[in-house]
Amino acid sequence: MSPKVRIKTLKIDGRDIGAREDETILQVARENGIQIPTLCHLDGLEPIGACRLCMVEVRGSSRLLPACVTRVEEGMEVTTKSPRLIRHRRMILELLFAERNHVCSVCVVNGKCELQSLAVALGMTQVRTPYRFPRFELDASHPRFVNDHNRCVLCARCVRVCDEIEGAHTWDIMGRGVNGRVITDLNEPWGESNSCTGCGKCVHVCPTGALSEKGTLREDAGKQRDFLPYLTLMREVRR
Amino acid sequence: MTKARLATVWLDGCSGCHMSLLDMDEKILEVAKVADVVYSPLVDTKDFPENVDVALVEGAVSSEDDLEKIQRIRKNSRFLVALGDCAVTGNVAAMRNLFGVRAVLDRSYRLTSVPAGSPPDQIVPRLLSRVRPLHEVVAVDLTVPGCPPSAGVIHHVVTELLAGRTPDVTDLTRFGA
Ligand code: SF4
Ligand code: FES
Repeated sequence: MSPKVRIKTLKIDGRDIGAREDETILQVARENGIQIPTLCHLDGLEPIGACRLCMVEVRGSSRLLPACVTRVEEGMEVTTKSPRLIRHRRMILELLFAERNHVCSVCVVNGKCELQSLAVALGMTQVRTPYRFPRFELDASHPRFVNDHNRCVLCARCVRVCDEIEGAHTWDIMGRGVNGRVITDLNEPWGESNSCTGCGKCVHVCPTGALSEKGTLREDAGKQRDFLPYLTLMREVRR
Repeated sequence: MTKARLATVWLDGCSGCHMSLLDMDEKILEVAKVADVVYSPLVDTKDFPENVDVALVEGAVSSEDDLEKIQRIRKNSRFLVALGDCAVTGNVAAMRNLFGVRAVLDRSYRLTSVPAGSPPDQIVPRLLSRVRPLHEVVAVDLTVPGCPPSAGVIHHVVTELLAGRTPDVTDLTRFGA
């Protein structure tokens, strides 16, 4: 932590707020009890702005900006809730549901899923885009874990935790857009991966039922994420 | 006072939504005071009648028969509710869309039945190439997710609708509930 930190002042939803210059809009909003929906963001991992659910309006910019990767600036005026933002967030969420096969009723993390909770939080009870019903194979080759692409939202949390925290970089994303999918090593079966240490961090950061531990269901499949901020903090202290 | 005309329909679902509806126990008597159930798997009317006030539809649209029915239901109902995940999203019923009709029929009639048979080509309605949620086929006035929605939620939806109000279910139920 650098000893000299400048303070910026800005407005979020009409409230005057002071923030450290190295903070993002999302961090500052949360510190001040202002909720912005997120999916790809996870405290303790580098933000990448992949899902766009955290979009906010910033006065003077015609584009919407992702709060998780946008730094605060002096005099910024941020709006986190507006009919336009609600419309866009709803649409993004509906597209995520339509893109793969999120069959909540038969999912291992039913009731413990961040995608499902977002639908509740955003009042989304219907997907207006036609479902795509893509066909995916399940990778159950690992002795302890399963990768079910049907539930993946391509948030890249698994990729980041494996690279940034575990240091193994087993995971990656192959292909682009709708054809993107997560792979282990050079698109080899997870169970045959030489780099995977079997730590299970990817399973616990995965927001959906895409990565799960074999033999767990619903309550037991609940994910533990407390380790993340703790590990990052300990590393900062050691540095 | 004339009673409201209520219909409940079972398309491609597991009947769980209807089980949940019956789970409202004695509260169903309150509903019966203000509404007549004019069509339902629970009553003995063969054809969907005209002039229905509220239609609760369980299940997705999977067969030619479902398709005909849902169009008639829409035409004859003032308010159409997609009840439960199959009606709202396709849910489990739509999982066959990943494989296609032919593969699914082959699996159940040829590959896994002993002795191997062949898919029926008469009497039972033909399957559509794709299972669809209701709103992809007709206009839906309210979606009530849940697998199944709880008896309490169904009771709330029905009583609100019969009282002339459109209920907000977003905080009461969810996909997979
Ligand atoms: S497998 Fe899970 S953590 Fe990895 S990209 Fe997909 S949804 Fe995100
Ligand atoms: S949380 Fe900001 S883009 Fe996903």
